[in-house]
Amino acid sequence: MSLLELSKVSKAFNGSPVLCDVDLCIARGEFVAIVGFSGAGKTTLISLIAGLLRPDSGEVRLEGRPVTGPGPDRGIVFQNYSLLPWLTVYENIALAVDQVNPAWDATRRREQVERHIAMVNLTPARDKKPSELSGGMRQRVSVARALAMDPQILLLDEPLGALDALTRATLQDEISRIREETHKTVVLITNDPDEGIYLADRIIPLTAGPGATLGPSFTIDIPRPRNRKEINHDPHFKQLRRDVTEFLLASRHRPHATVTRKLVLPDIEPEDLNLPRSPQGGRRLPRRSHEIREEKVEIE
Amino acid sequence: MRSFKLDWLILPLLGILLVLGGWQAVSGRKAARKDAEGKVVSEERVGLIPALPSVVETWQASRIYILEPFAKRGEMDQGIARFTWYSLLLVAKGYGLALLIGTPIGFLLGLSKVFTKTFDPIIQILRPVSPLAWLPLGLVLFLDAGKEAGTLGALFTIAICSMWPTVLNTAVGVRAIPQDYLNVARVLKLSRTKTLFKVLIPATLPYMFTGFRLSLGIAWLVIVAAEMLTGRPGVGGFLWQEYNALVYEHIILSIITIGLVGFILDRLMSLIEARFKSI
Ligand SMILES: Nc1ncnc2c1ncn2[C@@H]1O[C@H](COP(=O)(O)OP(=O)(O)O)[C@@H](O)[C@H]1O
Ligand SMILES: [Mg+2]
Repeated sequence: MSLLELSKVSKAFNGSPVLCDVDLCIARGEFVAIVGFSGAGKTTLISLIAGLLRPDSGEVRLEGRPVTGPGPDRGIVFQNYSLLPWLTVYENIALAVDQVNPAWDATRRREQVERHIAMVNLTPARDKKPSELSGGMRQRVSVARALAMDPQILLLDEPLGALDALTRATLQDEISRIREETHKTVVLITNDPDEGIYLADRIIPLTAGPGATLGPSFTIDIPRPRNRKEINHDPHFKQLRRDVTEFLLASRHRPHATVTRKLVLPDIEPEDLNLPRSPQGGRRLPRRSHEIREEKVEIE
Repeated sequence: MRSFKLDWLILPLLGILLVLGGWQAVSGRKAARKDAEGKVVSEERVGLIPALPSVVETWQASRIYILEPFAKRGEMDQGIARFTWYSLLLVAKGYGLALLIGTPIGFLLGLSKVFTKTFDPIIQILRPVSPLAWLPLGLVLFLDAGKEAGTLGALFTIAICSMWPTVLNTAVGVRAIPQDYLNVARVLKLSRTKTLFKVLIPATLPYMFTGFRLSLGIAWLVIVAAEMLTGRPGVGGFLWQEYNALVYEHIILSIITIGLVGFILDRLMSLIEARFKSI
């Protein structure tokens, strides 16, 4: 039985559809990447899974039970850094641990926090405030906080979207390593097909909105551990990347929006000085052109 | 460094000197009218504004209040620091009351649309009412308190006039809390109380302190009016008494004191505010 199941999930905001009939099954222990354009509805999708939003129709089920609200069994790393800025790294994670495990004694809770800070290599920064950390470090804290709740499933909403390429690569490897260590079920939202293919077991494109839905699921049969350099020459990787990208581009079914703008040219044409001057006017005189031309501008 | 000194020292000093110069120029001075033998017949004040004491006169009349700031010669004849202290005590009480009432109202406004729709109009109506209008009502409300009626009326007036910036800024702060923080609370299933103390209040603190600072400014503004009307000892009471006693120099002394104290209070609150803004 699948751990997470979405059936015919639809969501609209103020009457405009964002997601239409989304079906998704994720087995326990799977790492699934969902890739789509920005604005397609990726955050909406993950919020539905997290229970922060309720679907208009359809159902989200976790372990067969309908999801009715958010809960610590679905650890979520938000797209924006959502650490509480007045708490230190330790306190941010401790807030989650203390809340989720009220029955544990203080030592056990402290160990849980420390262990997860160490897991993301932030022990030296444990007493720093989020404002003193780089973007990459903040997202590591977010990941640690989500994992410290010991969730059934880890939801990552474009966790690396705001990071520079180098930090991004480092954190990708870190996510990969943590996943190997914890065997968590992971849903990774990304706008970068390469990232999804590099990290996940399966990659599913989300069509362009409005009314987006999930496309076919592409299984990634690249053995682990994967090597960032070698993977670029892997024919399977190249094929997947091409397929996913093509699917995404093709899903932008709408023609480009165009505006038609009238260009009014000056109502006069230059004198042709090569022609002989004639007293009747003729060719030499400036002519009214009465000409209005149109120009089409494509808007990306 | 040079421009630093210019900005922080020389230009402000220049401004003060210019104002003092202007004051001296328009103020009046004593002139004696003498008869033929040089005997003083009468004294009168001459100048652009004859009744306005000059800088020097103000200093001479005020020096005892400034140089012996803690002296107590009588109920309404005390050193300026003593008067200031009385005023500050009263302000502190009224201001504390304003924060105690205003902050929860601000939270309710920020959290509940229904509460906002219900009470926002009445708040907008009460907000611009002058302290001079509230004070008589305050005195009436506490008529039964006898001797304490003045104090209680003044407290009431300070509280009700100074709480609005706290109310409104707290409400704005609560509404400005990023959805992400609230989502964190929801995912963790924090209880209402925990959400309030662990998320809502810390996230709103910077806004609350802006409100607190503005409220303190108003509370200090109101104290003078309140003391004038109730005749309590304090800077404002002193000012009003000396106006009635025709000692105009002391009016100016009181004004300068009130301004300086207000300025210092605002600076102190700004420092605290900046600490909370930096998170
Ligand atoms: N709370 C909301 N209210 C109204 N519209 C929303 C809301 N959240 C998202 N949308 C709209 O839904 C669409 C998808 O948004 P989102 O899920 O954030 O996209 P993505 O995460 O893929 O960039 C966007 O057009 C956005 O404007
Ligand atoms: Mg998003």
